[in-house]
Amino acid sequence: MEAFQFSQVNTVNSALEAVRSQTETKFVAGGTTLIDLMKLNVETPKRIVDINSLPLSQIESTADGGLKIGAMVRNSDLAHDPTVQQRYPVLSEALLSGASPQLRNMATTGGNLLQRTRCYYFRDTAYPCNKREPGSGCPAIDGFHRIHAILGTSDHCIATHPSDMAVAMMALEAVVHIQGANGERGVPLNDFYLLPGSTPNRENVLVSGDLITYVILPPVANGARSHYLKLRDRASYEFALASAAVVVSLSGNRIQRARIALGGVGTKPWRSIEAEHALEGRETNEHTFQAAAEAALKGAKPRHDNAFKVELAKRCLTRALSNVTQSA
Amino acid sequence: MAKRDKSTTEIAEEEQPKPAETSGRFTRRSFLTQLGTASLAVTTVPLLHSAPVQEPEPTTQAIPGAEVPGAVPMVLNINGKEHHVALEPRVTLLDALRENLQLAGTKKGCDHGQCGACTVHINGRRVNSCLTFAIMHAGDKITTIEGLGQNGDLHPVQAAFLEHDGFQCGYCTSGQIMSAAALLREPCGQDDAAVRECMSGNICRCGAYDNIVAAVQSARRSP
Repeated sequence: MEAFQFSQVNTVNSALEAVRSQTETKFVAGGTTLIDLMKLNVETPKRIVDINSLPLSQIESTADGGLKIGAMVRNSDLAHDPTVQQRYPVLSEALLSGASPQLRNMATTGGNLLQRTRCYYFRDTAYPCNKREPGSGCPAIDGFHRIHAILGTSDHCIATHPSDMAVAMMALEAVVHIQGANGERGVPLNDFYLLPGSTPNRENVLVSGDLITYVILPPVANGARSHYLKLRDRASYEFALASAAVVVSLSGNRIQRARIALGGVGTKPWRSIEAEHALEGRETNEHTFQAAAEAALKGAKPRHDNAFKVELAKRCLTRALSNVTQSA
Repeated sequence: MAKRDKSTTEIAEEEQPKPAETSGRFTRRSFLTQLGTASLAVTTVPLLHSAPVQEPEPTTQAIPGAEVPGAVPMVLNINGKEHHVALEPRVTLLDALRENLQLAGTKKGCDHGQCGACTVHINGRRVNSCLTFAIMHAGDKITTIEGLGQNGDLHPVQAAFLEHDGFQCGYCTSGQIMSAAALLREPCGQDDAAVRECMSGNICRCGAYDNIVAAVQSARRSP
């Protein structure tokens, strides 16, 4: 691992000050992604600012019945929070399906949003990678790409976003709050992530000097149900091959409102407006669910090794919708 | 240690730092350490002879590691004892424990947070010590396998692993035990499937999982 300068901060202002006009500086929170990638020399920051003492570990209800989640709230604390379990089960289920208990004790809300891809080529500096070195090429496209994305890909990158938490938050229409050189701003999660296009090195709207401070979950409608279903190569401690986060409000057996996001298949946590349109106003039955699944995967671009993900993702979404509408 | 049987004592001795006066007796670890030092001495002899002799800078206090360029002095509270050390910021907690503090009971498996062999408790919560820097934990209470038992008694999870033979080669065992000891304080379902899920961050290459689950369940039932 490359050597670096280390500092610790305990206020948001001092954190922003520590990175102001500094390049090659990274905040470290849980460290579960950053330190892993520093050992691989994929990340080589010159300076590390430890933000574990920032007062951003609160989970609070907002006046309108939503939830404000501090950026430093650990994944395990968020998953086991009674309000999250009661009002946002999809989020608790997504968090508990990710990583291991040890990693969830370390990983934070802000850090989880910024997880890097598990693409083998990105993680191995012996290979070129457009995400690491723009313009160097993408060995995954013609290489082994079983775990790679089928939605949102480009000729420059097909790497999958690995987070489960972010998929649930996408279906919950979370808003990310960011402090930066020009003050605070809130960005809807769907706008927070960028498609790879020709600049896969830019994964989100954060610019140098920005710090995620908290995430807002809007209130869920009375009677809304939500669920996260994750499919993977083994039963636990593995990244998704396909996952679905579903939030639905029913009126009798008719779907009033649906919010759908898919994981394991997109270059970013994948909100599917198309699936939502195919569900809203329809009856809860297998035909409706399959139509939604077809709509969600319509734009999929499968490749040699990951073509199975198209069918897997469809079945994942269909099953998740079936599960959530049956549980009364 | 009074309650340990012979086989336990052997396991425990291998894991604990040897006081200097017993260094005449070889253990696997002391042998390997001395072998490493001997090799280093052989390879660096010509260099030492050709370089001008430099006296080390006098230091006001001898903090282990202070001579390493870029090392930062810090105090780590491990198993209730304060350790004054100087470490580079890039030294992980795992490497600090094993290489600098001779607390080698915590194991290095994958070194990337994928196997759980390095599990320790920080302020009572289990974490992967390979994915955090030691310098981030000045002021925290760190517990390793060496500090899990109290007053010479085995922790109930340690006793349960012995009773249920929860290991074969033993390399993952300290991580498994640290994980299970933390699990006792965490929300976890009652059945074996729940235990398997809660222990999923600890990989056992020997596949001693059935006995590990039995040990964990036994420890959860014990008063």
